[in-house]
Order: sequence, then C-alpha cells, then structure tokens
Amino acid sequence: MSDPHKARRHERYKGEFPIVVEGLENRFGEHVVHQNLDLKVRRGEIIGVVGGSGTGKSVLMRSIIGLQPPTAGDVHVFGRSIIDAEPDEEIGVRDRWGVLFQGGALFSTLTVGENVEVPLKQFYPDISDELRHEIARYKVMLSGLPENAVNKYPSELSGGMKKRAGLARALSLDPELLFLDEPTAGLDPIGAAAFDNLTRELKETLGLTVFLITHDLDTLHEICDRVAVLADKRVIAVDTVPNLMELDHPWIQEYFNGPRGRAALTAQALDELRRHMDMPVAAHAVKALDKAEKGKA
Amino acid sequence: MTGLAEYEVVEGEGGSTLVLTGPYLVSTIGAADDDLRGIDGAIARVDISGVTEIDTTGAWLACTISTEHDAEIHGADERAQRLLEAISGLGGEEKLSAPRLPFWSRVPEAMGEKMFNARTGIIGVVSFLGALLISCGSLLRNPSRFRMVALVRQVEYVGVSALPIIGLMSFLIGVVIAQQGAVQLAQFGAETLTVNLVGRITLRELGVLMTAIMVAGRSGSAFAAEIGTMKLTEEIDAMRTIGISPMEALVIPRIMAAVVMMPLLGFYASCMAILGGAVIGETMLGIPFWTFLSRIQEVVPTYDLWVGLIKAPVFGLIVGLAGCYNGMQVKGNSEEVGRRTTMSVVSAIFAVIVLDAFFAVFFTELGWG
Repeated sequence: MSDPHKARRHERYKGEFPIVVEGLENRFGEHVVHQNLDLKVRRGEIIGVVGGSGTGKSVLMRSIIGLQPPTAGDVHVFGRSIIDAEPDEEIGVRDRWGVLFQGGALFSTLTVGENVEVPLKQFYPDISDELRHEIARYKVMLSGLPENAVNKYPSELSGGMKKRAGLARALSLDPELLFLDEPTAGLDPIGAAAFDNLTRELKETLGLTVFLITHDLDTLHEICDRVAVLADKRVIAVDTVPNLMELDHPWIQEYFNGPRGRAALTAQALDELRRHMDMPVAAHAVKALDKAEKGKA
Repeated sequence: MTGLAEYEVVEGEGGSTLVLTGPYLVSTIGAADDDLRGIDGAIARVDISGVTEIDTTGAWLACTISTEHDAEIHGADERAQRLLEAISGLGGEEKLSAPRLPFWSRVPEAMGEKMFNARTGIIGVVSFLGALLISCGSLLRNPSRFRMVALVRQVEYVGVSALPIIGLMSFLIGVVIAQQGAVQLAQFGAETLTVNLVGRITLRELGVLMTAIMVAGRSGSAFAAEIGTMKLTEEIDAMRTIGISPMEALVIPRIMAAVVMMPLLGFYASCMAILGGAVIGETMLGIPFWTFLSRIQEVVPTYDLWVGLIKAPVFGLIVGLAGCYNGMQVKGNSEEVGRRTTMSVVSAIFAVIVLDAFFAVFFTELGWG
C-alpha cells in the first residue's frame, strides 16, 4: 500500500461490526478518562454517543479513528487493528471512513470545493479533473449547500454552512463509515432538524454506518437506532432510547427524563401523530395538544 | 481480480444501448470515465444491470451520460435506484476552478494589484500610527487605564530575554571588525586605529542597526503572529465587546516596550562589540585589554553615542509598529498569519535600513561626522 498512485479498491465490509472497541483505556497523566470500555457498532446503524461533559466522547472518537493512541485496549475498524498503525500510516481504512470534526476543520486556505477534492486527489489521482470537479460539486449540493458555495472559502461561511461543507468533505469518498462529532451543536433548530434528516437520508441511500456524538436530545430520538451512554469511564449501556429510559441509572434517568428530555419526547410524539393522521379531527387534536404543551411551558 | 468499470456499446432495435459492467465506484471509475465522455453518436438506453457495485460517483456518471444523450437508464436494482434518485437534480453549472487569464493580462493585473496594495498599506500604517497617538493621548488623560503589567511582561520578552543572543551576536561582530580591520590597517602601519574603528562604528551604526534587525526578527514577528492569531480566534472582537481597547491592551504595551528597550539593547550591543574588539586587541594586536577600553573614551566623540541613542527608539517604534499593524491586518485564514508575520519582519528591516541611511546623512550635515 506504499504506492498511492496504485488504484485501490476494497470490498465493502460484510461483517456485522465495523467498529469493535475492547477494553479501551485512556489516561492523561493521573486523569483516567476511559477504563475497560467496550463498544460494538453494528453495520448500517446510526449509533448515538451521549455522556456528560468531560466523559470523553470526543476522546473515544479520536481513539477509534487512530488520532489518540490509547493507554491500553484494542480498537478494530473493518476488522483491522487501528492501535498498531501510526496515525498517518495507510492501513486500508482511511479511504473508507469520513470524519466530521466539531468545528468543521476545513482547510482554511482552500475553497469548499477544493476541500472536498482533497481526499479524492489523495486516494484516486487517476480520476480526471473534470469528473473530480463534478464529484465535488454534487457532494456539496448533496450536503445541502447552495451550488455557489463550492467557490467560497471557509471564512466566508456561517457555522452551519461550515458543518455542511465538512460533511461534504467527509462524504467525498463515499465512505462506509461516517463519524460525526456534535453535528447539530450551534445550529438553529430548523437547521439542526434539516441536518438530522440529511444524516438519516444519507444513511438510508448510501447504506452508511454512522457514529454520532451528540448532546441533542431531538437528534437522539429522531434518527439514532441505538444510543451508547458514556459514564463512569465506560459505556454503561447501548440500547434504543425507549429501552434506555427503563434503566435505573441516575445519570440516564436525569438525562432522558429531565425537563428537556421529556420535551424532546413530546415533540417526537406530536411529530408521529402529525405524520400518521391527516384527518381534520386529528389535526384539531394535535393543535389542542400543542396548545396544552405550550401552556405548560 | 477486483476489476475495473467497463462498458460496451451494443447496437439494437431503436438505437444503441450502452451496457455498463463491473463495479462503478469512485475507486474503479477513473479509466472508464474519460472514454465514456468521449462516446459519439446517439445512445438510446443505458443498461446498468451488469453493474456489480455502485456508489454515488457511479450513479453520477450514469446520470450525466443519460442526460447528455437523452437516454433512459435500465436495470437499476433497488440500491442503484435510490442513489440515482438522490443524485439526479444535483447537476450545476458552477465552475470549480476559475479560468486562468492569459499571461499578458495576468501580469499587469498582478502588478497593478501590488501597487494598489502598497498604497493602501502606506495609508493603513499612517492611520494606524494616528490611532496609536490618539490612544496614547487618551491614556495620558486617564493614566489609571495604563497596563503596567502588560508593559513589564513585554519589556521582559523584548529586552531581558534577548540579552544573551544580542550579546553573543554583538561580541562576535566586534571580534570580526577588529580582526578584519586590523589586517587592512596593518598595511598602513596603523593597527592602533582599530580602536577608533571598533568604537565609532559600533556606537554610531552597527550596535543599533544589528539590534534593530534582531528585535524585528525576534519580537516584531512575535507581535504579528500573536495579534494575528488573536484576531483569527475572535479574541480581539471579544475584547472590544467587553470594552477593552485592543490598542491600549495589546498594541501600546508592545510598541512601548520596543521603544524603551531598543536604546538599552543598542547600547548594550555596542558595549559587547567593543569588548569583542578589546579581546582581539589583547590577543592579536598587542594592545592591552584595559588600554583598549580607555582609548575608546579618548577617540570616540560623545556625539557618536548620541547618534546611536537617538536612532534607537525610532527603530524600536518602526519594528513595533510593523509587527502590531500587520498582526491587526490578519483576517480569514491561517495562511494570512504567516504572510503577515513575514511581511512585518521584511518591512521593518527595510524601513530601518532606509531610515538609517537618512540618519547618516542628516547627522553628518549636522556636523556630527
């Protein structure tokens, strides 16, 4: 794999768990972030990762993508060990995942379009300029940005647009695995909902597996197939949201059954109702419910 | 055999069919793409039932061909159908790479832009100096707002921590001047004039000039990079909203430190150079160390010291101004920080040398030759 110009192709991953984390331990000096952390991510699911501030959600992601060498434990992505590889050594996984960092992490001296082209140039130099430009353009549009955004520099974009541009770059190689670090943080509710829809749609059309770090309860309820809860330095539970709410852990209870958690749940229930009932009577009922909800708030 | 994307044109009833086979993925499409775009003649159908794997890039290519030839796509399985639906309608006209202008219009344009930038740069520096003076004025009226701690900190960075490197550099320069000068002067049998040479040239010119260059490289660049990075991370905007003037908090302490420390550093550099000369006198010319030093007092006129000391704060102002002004001009991206830092050092050294030439003429006219 030393020759980057050699056409490379990988079979799509057929196994059940594209990400397997076993006995992960991360410590910074005396401070232990993770201890004995186990996590398996199923193929084709959106897994949400939640946890209080400082529980090491981003550190977990960085460990999985090989940026943070763990103190102990093992991480396998697509069945290959990430731990033994150097951060920039080619081990045949980097062209199969896309990563959206919290702040977008766009290359500030390149336009959005050129940002999207970077991975394409890196891995597939034999693609013609014309096709590469076209790919960059449709990826940018696929991420929900207007067409003219391709020639803008990151400093000319708003926070939400930067996130979308980051997503376009993450998607540029049609990855099988997508890492999103707080994609909806800092977005307005409409933008956040649109981003959620986009994530779900991409997962369904492209068959992605999505590893999603979030604080957004709406995102968790709306699009996550399963949610992994980080607490006490490990993953204490991985399950669907309704099942998690049954669990008797103080943090989980506070998180999902706190005022914000309940609001998100009601919002989702109302959404479902609207989707399933078109009859005028039902619409009235929904309105009444809405009013009642607002009154309470 | 993982295989590459392949295609075939089959003639049949109602026009020809383009049959795509093999994997149509971003990793396998490179070779087929060029050929497919070059296909002449009408194509009525695109058959993708033989495609083993497809991703958005494959779907995009199929879409592009079908729109170009007005052909229908057949044989898409469920996944391909989904991809095609997602991709269709994403075509656009926006060109990704701006067309490159021809040489004869590109070069004059770039030159004109350079000239224009030079003009705005000069206006910018002068306005910056004006803003600095206004800030100084308001500080004089409200001396309680003056940031003593920041000034002391900058004085330490600009002055104290520069002592070892400037001392070493000046000592070596003194050594070189004395040694090389002695070789030339020996031809006239005037080795003793080495004292005059070292004493006058270091106090009058080299001590301050070399120090200014060193400070520009050490501290001017640091000013530009620090302030530039703060500008990028919106720290300066945050200061403004809290009501702290960046001029008072960042710029004035730095420039003041440069202005105050330059004469001191310049004098120190001259002394170190004379010491270097004296060491050479002792070891190579047979002039005793202490005699060398006492001769300096006799042969160097006092106004040589004044020439050096008058120039020094002006050079300090230029170095500090270039650093802070360029730092405040940073906007956009990280490349700009590097560009502005370079610019601050280059323009500071250039201005210092030009000004030094003017000073030389000026002081000679004054009779301080």
